[in-house]
Amino acid sequence: MFTRKPLIFAALLALGSSAAFAQGPNLGKPIDPAELAAWDISILPDGTGLPAGSGTSAQGAPIYAQKCAMCHGPEGKGGANAAVVGGAPIKDMESVKTIANFWPYATTLFDYIRRAMPWQQPRSLTNDEVYALTAYILALNKLTGENDTMDAKTLPKVKMPNRDGFIIRFPDKI
Amino acid sequence: METTPNNRSKREREKLQAIAGNGLLDRRAFLRGGAAMAGAMMGYTFVGSAAAEPLADDAWSKAPGNIVPAYGAPSRFEKNVVRTLSNPNSEPRTSHARTPHHLLNGTITPNGLHFTISHAGNPDIDPDKHRLVIHGLVKRPLVFTLDALGRYPMVSRMTFVECGGNSAPFFSKEPIQASVQALHGLASCAEWTGIRLSTLLEETGVDPKAKWLIAEGADAPALSRSVPITKALDDAMIALYQNGERLMPGNGYPMRLLLPGWEGNMNVKFLRRIKLVEQPAMSYYEARTYAPILPGGKAYQFYFLQEVKSFITHPSPGMMLKEPGFYEISGVAYSGNGRISKVMVSADRGQSWAQAALQEPVHSKAFTRFRVPWRWDGGPGVLQSRAWDEAGNVQPTRAQIVAARGETTKVPPVTGFPSQHYNGITTWAIERNGEVKHVYA
Repeated sequence: MFTRKPLIFAALLALGSSAAFAQGPNLGKPIDPAELAAWDISILPDGTGLPAGSGTSAQGAPIYAQKCAMCHGPEGKGGANAAVVGGAPIKDMESVKTIANFWPYATTLFDYIRRAMPWQQPRSLTNDEVYALTAYILALNKLTGENDTMDAKTLPKVKMPNRDGFIIRFPDKI
Repeated sequence: METTPNNRSKREREKLQAIAGNGLLDRRAFLRGGAAMAGAMMGYTFVGSAAAEPLADDAWSKAPGNIVPAYGAPSRFEKNVVRTLSNPNSEPRTSHARTPHHLLNGTITPNGLHFTISHAGNPDIDPDKHRLVIHGLVKRPLVFTLDALGRYPMVSRMTFVECGGNSAPFFSKEPIQASVQALHGLASCAEWTGIRLSTLLEETGVDPKAKWLIAEGADAPALSRSVPITKALDDAMIALYQNGERLMPGNGYPMRLLLPGWEGNMNVKFLRRIKLVEQPAMSYYEARTYAPILPGGKAYQFYFLQEVKSFITHPSPGMMLKEPGFYEISGVAYSGNGRISKVMVSADRGQSWAQAALQEPVHSKAFTRFRVPWRWDGGPGVLQSRAWDEAGNVQPTRAQIVAARGETTKVPPVTGFPSQHYNGITTWAIERNGEVKHVYA
């Protein structure tokens, strides 16, 4: 009852002609990519959407100390908020999820820092700063080398240890 | 002979006899009222002393009352009917406000008591400046104002929203003594009114390559979740109204994505952007937070569905049964798979079950109130409810969930989230003194 009808509907929508548009209220205004650039921060695990810019661990360390350590502790070891380094292997529900032991994609790290951090001033970091912080945290976790540069090409290639640690719960809903 | 009045009242009396262990009565006993009702109330009304006091004409009846306010608020005597807050001082962490199920009845959660979770406070959005953009794999990217959306054809539907982490205390190895609000308070139900997402996607057109959309909010963390396009074209809604009025700030003012029956966090609040894409974004909340760990260390990803579930709200922990006699057992049942088809209630730890009456109309993916009349004999009892949905799913026992998903080795804080998506049976024990306790069966 779920899958078939929407798929047919999707096909119809895809075929939609300008005549079809005319039937609805049509009260949306066209918007071009330049106009929504400030909002369009989505990144996919294959790297689609990653912006220009780059950063290294050495560049990230002082930014971390200034803007992140107050909550996440010196060198990522945890404070009022979660540690961003380390983590014992995941065994059961009492295991603490960390970047190194759980997160399947490194792109999520860039995405979450850029959209949500620092807590009090989200979306205040430049893309270079976000790349640098991403490089710093990945290097602290020994998931990348000390001198690796993170950018739109290198970041999606970082292999996260728990990439294959997931089971899709309801595959028929996708 | 069967239809004589004497025989009928005899049959009605029989309905008031237990149909399952420990005093559970037939669910139809009170539906027709009349003789059966009078008979049932007899033994109850004579108990206690209130009727012995002469009735007074109280002061509030003998003078004009209070001013009529522009926006109504509950009686001052209802001031304890509030949500409980996990972060009352707004420290830099998530804030939860839980629904007081034990102080409510029916199936609609009042807007001020609807549960909310805010990952970084509620933004103070000016509705005139808010915009909704739909872009990505579409033929025409479009931006909508709230004014424009207000002119679209709308639909209303009842639906529950439930946090994926609701009922997490049931993963504790020992039952945590807490109210139904603390245990199940991250689920609520409202009538939502808005625009079908498919109506807007018809205007943007959908590229056949689009398999997912990324929904994003205008809150501080720009919370984002990936949603399969099949759900978007099925029953997804851009909700603008909640129980008739604009959404509460905590529920996404001025608009949210509503995905009936799916994990609360995916119903993105303060919705400002929908991007159609080929693959899920693996955002923080789907890649990390809402991915419950299984025994052995693998984790479920894309849980999405809130599965069939029920719990008894009356009575529930914190309440006292003052004296033996008649009580109504009632609670809520719901399923992300559709309508509730049946709820069974037991008062003897699951040895025998009575079918509960379901309040009509039963809506798909919405709270359904169930009720069973009960005569408490003053002895110990163990109350449970178990729900079935129209897709044939049965609410599992806690033991079944623990076997598949595990439980903690230490007792976690009641506000903790050791795991997610608990939809197993809830068990309340009635003690001889009338106290209601949370136990495991």
